[in-house]
Amino acid sequence: MRTLTGRLRAFGAFWYDFVVGDDWRVAASVVVALAVTYGVSRTSVPAWWIMPVGVVLVLPWSLWRARRK
Amino acid sequence: MTGTGGALFAAVFLACAVEAVEAVTIVLAAGTARSWRSAGYGVVAALAALAVITAALGPALTAIPLDALRLLVGGLLLVFGLQWLRKAVLRASGHKDLHDEDAIFARQLEKARTAEAQRRGAVPDWYSFTLSFKGVLLEGLEVVFIVLTFGANDHDVPLAAVAALCAAAVVVAAGFAVKAPLAKVPENTMKFAVGVMLTSFGVFWGGEGAQAHWPGSDAALLVIVPVVAVFAIALTAVLRTQGGPGAGAAPAGAPTAALDPVEH
Repeated sequence: MRTLTGRLRAFGAFWYDFVVGDDWRVAASVVVALAVTYGVSRTSVPAWWIMPVGVVLVLPWSLWRARRK
Repeated sequence: MTGTGGALFAAVFLACAVEAVEAVTIVLAAGTARSWRSAGYGVVAALAALAVITAALGPALTAIPLDALRLLVGGLLLVFGLQWLRKAVLRASGHKDLHDEDAIFARQLEKARTAEAQRRGAVPDWYSFTLSFKGVLLEGLEVVFIVLTFGANDHDVPLAAVAALCAAAVVVAAGFAVKAPLAKVPENTMKFAVGVMLTSFGVFWGGEGAQAHWPGSDAALLVIVPVVAVFAIALTAVLRTQGGPGAGAAPAGAPTAALDPVEH
């Protein structure tokens, strides 16, 4: 049982590392940016600029955190 | 080939070439230090596993409605791309060791030489088998992900697959011609370019999937890619001025921390 749990945990850890990587905040920010884009697209305001602005904010933030480590 | 078709081919080719270089280094180490036959079995087994994964995921992905697919895949590509770009900027600015195939090869070789020999079934050397199996499978998973996401989004999985096969063929041929790790391939620069492409396509498709309408439609990519590239280069320049272990003069032969087969 413990071996199975260990394997499942290792499997989950592999996929977490594969998709999310070193900084979970980046993944969370992408989800938020997509949600905001969808929300704004329901209005009359153009929504295309939200994703690029998200990148402009998230990448330096993540780099700054990595540099401080 | 259309404009986006060309961009798709270039992005998939570059990404797959980078992954192939890393996989070839691992297989070369397993074959050189231990057993070429077992390493070969490992490669074949990993390719078979990848084929099964592709056959299972490919039709499933193409069955998803386009908007939902673009939202899901755009989001995943953007997360993936930002992680690549983050590491590439840290490496280029001297805040992270450069990816060095020579150092990785030497480390793998040393480990492989000291590992115990063990025969299992038809495999003469289990260590070589598992080393090359894991290397090819893990690097190959990224290739499968990139081929399927790019291909499905652009309705051109065959073109993405051809780009991946071309990259793998070129790298494998070069690797076995020189019988040494492909340390001269500008891998760190290629990783930077791949990060830019993945991020750009992620922004574009993620936005479209979330119902945003890009000015100029597909032509917006022609603006997004260079803007992301310039932004990443500017961030690298800023980080370089702030110093780091190797900032300013990034050491070409700097050792990497540890072999991570899925390191972007």
